[in-house]
Amino acid sequence: MQTVKMVVTGPFAAGKTEFIQTISEIAVVSTERQISDFTRTVKSSTTVAMDFGRITVDDDLVLYLFGTPGQKRFDFMWEILAEGMLGFIVLIDSTRSETFREAKQIIDIFRSYSDTPFVVAANKQDLEDAWPPEDIRIVLELEPWVKVLPCVAKDKESVKTVLLELLYTILESYDHN
Amino acid sequence: MALKGRLRDISLNQLLNLVKLARKTGALTIEGEQGRVELYFKEGKVVHASLNGDGDLARLLLKFGRLQEQQLRAVLQQLSAPDDKELGLRLINAGYVSKNDILRAIRRHTMDVVLTALAWEDGKFHFEPNKAPPPERIVVPINLDSIVREGDQRQKELATLREELPDLNVALRFTENPSTNLSKIKLSRDEWRVISFINPRNTIAQIAKYSGLDEFQIRRIVLKLMRNGLVEVVGRPTGRAPAVSSAAPQGVSTGTGLPAGGGAPSGHRPKAPAVEKSVVRRLIKFIRGL
Repeated sequence: MQTVKMVVTGPFAAGKTEFIQTISEIAVVSTERQISDFTRTVKSSTTVAMDFGRITVDDDLVLYLFGTPGQKRFDFMWEILAEGMLGFIVLIDSTRSETFREAKQIIDIFRSYSDTPFVVAANKQDLEDAWPPEDIRIVLELEPWVKVLPCVAKDKESVKTVLLELLYTILESYDHN
Repeated sequence: MALKGRLRDISLNQLLNLVKLARKTGALTIEGEQGRVELYFKEGKVVHASLNGDGDLARLLLKFGRLQEQQLRAVLQQLSAPDDKELGLRLINAGYVSKNDILRAIRRHTMDVVLTALAWEDGKFHFEPNKAPPPERIVVPINLDSIVREGDQRQKELATLREELPDLNVALRFTENPSTNLSKIKLSRDEWRVISFINPRNTIAQIAKYSGLDEFQIRRIVLKLMRNGLVEVVGRPTGRAPAVSSAAPQGVSTGTGLPAGGGAPSGHRPKAPAVEKSVVRRLIKFIRGL
């Protein structure tokens, strides 16, 4: 049996757990804990251990989705999670521009681990205050070949599209090497 | 879709870059401690700007010394409603100003407003797409490149100024024995205005407020006066937030609003993973069918 891994990362409360939950065939294994007063204004609990979802392709192939811990103090786990990943998705809450700087830092950190293919998913595009993906690209100073995709993490079709776009990017990477 | 946020998260430089690259049309409103700025754009160019509701032609021409009050009063009496276009035409017809005077004044005002806002470190902003400037204003399109370049230079200079003069809540006094020959020092109108407020009871922040100068301008003027040995700092910092600067010095801006350091992006296309291409194809086929 072959297993492959994708990592879903992004700033705190970007929707990583929901993204994995939407597509995973198993209930997402995650540890949600009560959080500090500082972050309670955004959500009541957050992922302090990694999220873990699974998509079984057939008897020989399984795709695992790992969500990085939502809070900065667990960033030591990122490198461990990143090891051997097929690609990664950076999920961003498009309505919270105050998190864009952190998203940029996360992208830089993950890219420093390895040249693994990745896409950026601009989540919460169903909300009125969402920044358009192309504006987010400019603010994050991403190269033209980096895909910045509209996303609604609670919508299965939207999550599928993001995963597929990442897989297409991975396929393209074979041609560039 | 309105873009909202705070300047402490996304700098005005970044926003201007976004407007330029995406060739946006609309209005960017920024509300900070120092006031309210409105910038109007058309296809990526700034076409009108106002700070705390200023920006009307009459005020601009007076401010930049292109017009005298009695000339303005004479023309204003003939206007049925405040309209910069009509006012401009009447002023030109009366021979008081030229078309170039008007364009230069508007351009300079727009640059001043944008550069003032570029020095703000925080403030709420929102961009309203397709919102047009007030119809009574004259619009003059200005390329954002030159403003952003000057803004970058200003930010770097401001960082240096903040290092040399960290606290604006200190007072100034004239030195008893100036080190330089005073006859060689030439002062501008703004510098004279600052000098008129120098008094051990007035903090630099208060002088800026009285003189209508922004943080960049007051720091530059005070440092020039200090370097020339004309004035010196008295009193101890009070620890209160300065009235001009909304935040403590935070070092040199990277121009992106992002802190230096952290992992460096590779900047080139990613490498293929260590799995067979066929595995990726199988994943694609399966996920499509989900």
